[in-house]
Amino acid sequence: MITVVVNDAPRPTRRGETIADLLAVLDVPSRGVAVAVNGEVVRRADWPAHRLLDGDRVEVLTAAQGG
Amino acid sequence: MDDRFLLGGVEFGSRLILGTGGASSLQALEQALLAGGAELVTVALRRVDPNTPAGLLDVLERCGVRLLPNTAGCYTAADAVRTAHLARDAFDTDWIKLEVIGDERTLLPDAVELLRAAERLVDDGFTVLPYTTDDPVLARRLADLGCAAVMPAGAPIGSGLGISNPHHIELIREAVRCPVILDAGIGTASDAARAMELGCDAVLLASAVTRAADPVAMATAMRHAVVAGRLAAQAGRIPVRRHALASTPAEGLAAW
Repeated sequence: MITVVVNDAPRPTRRGETIADLLAVLDVPSRGVAVAVNGEVVRRADWPAHRLLDGDRVEVLTAAQGG
Repeated sequence: MDDRFLLGGVEFGSRLILGTGGASSLQALEQALLAGGAELVTVALRRVDPNTPAGLLDVLERCGVRLLPNTAGCYTAADAVRTAHLARDAFDTDWIKLEVIGDERTLLPDAVELLRAAERLVDDGFTVLPYTTDDPVLARRLADLGCAAVMPAGAPIGSGLGISNPHHIELIREAVRCPVILDAGIGTASDAARAMELGCDAVLLASAVTRAADPVAMATAMRHAVVAGRLAAQAGRIPVRRHALASTPAEGLAAW
């Protein structure tokens, strides 16, 4: 197992897990979601291939009221 | 009379742009959006939270509005640029309401960071709508960079103070060719009408409606105010005089 930090919360994760795998187990909306890893935007098209590494800081964002 | 509102190459029927912040519930928001008749509506990007009620995007889709993601809460150009790219990926739009805040107390823009972020995002192909101060020089600089509009604050966000410096809003209208959208500070319908009378092309507001005691009634008032202000701006108002000018002719007055 490795540990990734998702929205500031440490999360034990299987080695080799991708962003798409992570989102599948998180309770995220079906659309309007964006992801950054270590401060870099990871485009939706790259989620299935982008494997998470130990210590990665993942931000998972979605639509919220504002502005 | 041809009075189309063109913004970023898109034609809008309404000159009222509404924000979604501050609504007490999604149901209240939906009713207010429909009452206001806005066709462009702002949305923010925040961490996924299982406790937040889902369905904001469903509401906006039902209302048939176009999304305008914002970079609210960003204090540096780098943060705002990153947020804009995340918003583009999340919402499939390259439109961005660019906010780069400089001060927690006033939430007024940081001019230096704002210009930096605007330049970068225009280069990256975004349709950039910057929330800016009421400084005509800064507005011109933003327009020169290729922003699709400039959006000066009438007063600090959520303050309801109205338009602190109407003269500067008029100067901004004269300084740029792109649309001018009065953004922030509006408290009530007369403020929105005044913005349009000063020559603004549209008004963006949120709190004035969402935090009003009756958001639907205030959204309706804002819809009418924007239309009234626009018509008045084009109607050629009478000059201001110090003394009365009778509207009833003096000729033919009965003599006793």
